[in-house]
Amino acid sequence: MSLTRSQHEPLIDVRALERTFDVRRRVEGRRRRVRDSVLAVHDLTFTVAAGEMVGYIGPNGAGKSTTIKMLTGILVPTGGQVRVAGLDPSRDRVELARRIGVVFGQRSTLWWDLPLRDSFDLLQKMYRIPPARYRDNLDRFVDLLDLGGQLDTPVRQLSLGQRMRGDITAALLHDPEVLYLDEPTIGLDVVSKGRLREFLRALNDERGTTLLLTTHDLQDIEALCDRVIVIDHGTSVYDGPLAGLHAQGGSSRMLVVDLVDEAPPIEVPGATVRRVEGPRQWLSFPADASAAPVVAAVAASYDVADLSIQEPAIEDVIRELYSRDA
Amino acid sequence: MAESGPALHLRSYLQIAWLWIRAAWQYPTSFVLLAVGNGLITALDFVGLWIMFAHLDDLAGFTLPEVALLYGSASLALAVADTAIGSVERIGAYIRTGRLDQMMTKPVPLLVQVCADQFTLRRLGRLTQAAIVFGWACTYVDWTPSRVVVALWMLVSGGLVFFGLFVGFSCVQFWTTDATEFANAFTYGGATVTQYPLTIFPREVLVGLTFVIPVAFVNWYPCLYLLGRSDPTGMPEAFQFASPVAGVLTMAAALLVWRSGVRHYTSTGS
Repeated sequence: MSLTRSQHEPLIDVRALERTFDVRRRVEGRRRRVRDSVLAVHDLTFTVAAGEMVGYIGPNGAGKSTTIKMLTGILVPTGGQVRVAGLDPSRDRVELARRIGVVFGQRSTLWWDLPLRDSFDLLQKMYRIPPARYRDNLDRFVDLLDLGGQLDTPVRQLSLGQRMRGDITAALLHDPEVLYLDEPTIGLDVVSKGRLREFLRALNDERGTTLLLTTHDLQDIEALCDRVIVIDHGTSVYDGPLAGLHAQGGSSRMLVVDLVDEAPPIEVPGATVRRVEGPRQWLSFPADASAAPVVAAVAASYDVADLSIQEPAIEDVIRELYSRDA
Repeated sequence: MAESGPALHLRSYLQIAWLWIRAAWQYPTSFVLLAVGNGLITALDFVGLWIMFAHLDDLAGFTLPEVALLYGSASLALAVADTAIGSVERIGAYIRTGRLDQMMTKPVPLLVQVCADQFTLRRLGRLTQAAIVFGWACTYVDWTPSRVVVALWMLVSGGLVFFGLFVGFSCVQFWTTDATEFANAFTYGGATVTQYPLTIFPREVLVGLTFVIPVAFVNWYPCLYLLGRSDPTGMPEAFQFASPVAGVLTMAAALLVWRSGVRHYTSTGS
């Protein structure tokens, strides 16, 4: 640990962060375009401790990429404060680059016409990674990500999944303290997604690498992140454990009741029937309420063959959260 | 740390450039054809001058070897700058494709990466042609030790002036992403203009090429000294020795514009 940063200071510290963009737009009946200022991110505050795995989610245009670009120093904030590893990203961008890894899912950092190995070798030189450390890391990542057969293949001939694994290796060769992943599983098949998630979890376990993940694939979040930050219209609308999203979203859980015989829709307090299919009925009740009274009420008045409870899909919860906010 | 800033940047530059040379060798035939083609096109350029002199004894009082000295020195400076940092004019494309974002997350200064990216020896053709013309013209110069010094710093300063123009005008693309042609007007345009004795232009043009786009310092003023001519336009004699000043000032201005451009950079969506 560096002397300038105590153990307690968060690795990522974002305070009242703001970024506006000037856009010009055409207005009916006027020849000149009007200059407008758009708030891409505003009043955004959060911290991430070393070793955390955080999902950063939100609809398109919510400000996810803008935030990542300010965290990496690509964009200069127009207001507020951001510090990563004790550095000011836009001012100390080159120095910070040594300590972070960035993977933009849809854009490769690798050199198109060259074999993977050459790209990695150049990165070793750019980051000045000690040769022994470089060899260790390369061997390990190549093994874990199953890239051994592709090292001498030009990048343009790699499949999307292979390229993504190559990009992730490229972002990790210099042992970054924090890894930003922007849509890392986009376009990958189910098996590749699973393997990638396994790898990222192991990376966090073994090396304590902090992970900030933006994604549209909520399974990524469920598999990896203990904490999610939901951003909408440029500011954080939820920050906490994944499970807590349910309560926040005001969504509902579903009680599936299998009756012994077909019956008219069940009537019990605190729940409403959503669907009836022969002897099976679906009852919804608020996600933050206990299931026990509902179950008891049903069992008291009907002959029940079986019961099960369905948790709301996280997709629905988040959709709910967005729509409420709009 | 054993290595200081500039030496380290140069090393990073060479490492990236070397990667691109190796990449070009993935397609050796195409590389050779492009280099030869580039050489032929620029050779025709000088042949044009040659043909002109078949009909004229002099151009505004300058003989063929004298014009060749002007032409060769300007071409050489441009070719060196173009080979070393020519990719900087593609910055608009880097912005649009998101490649600039990638570069900004690497621990090597952005300008070093942008200049070295897609490094190509294709312009070796132009470089060779310029060197030959310059070398031939040099045999007509009445050399003295001070003229050798002025000739050397003329080439270095000329490179710096073009470096500055390339970088400075490419920065326009930070504000409007498709302005390559605008930049070319000043870089390649400036180079074309300096291939002739500047006395053929109106005085206003000369003033512009001295104080605004200082390409007159790339070859015109120092060549007057090399050729032992008094300035037909009556500009101060000190200008003949001022090329390094012009080179350093142009480059410093360009670096300032670059920094401001990077800070104004707004990236592209997602």
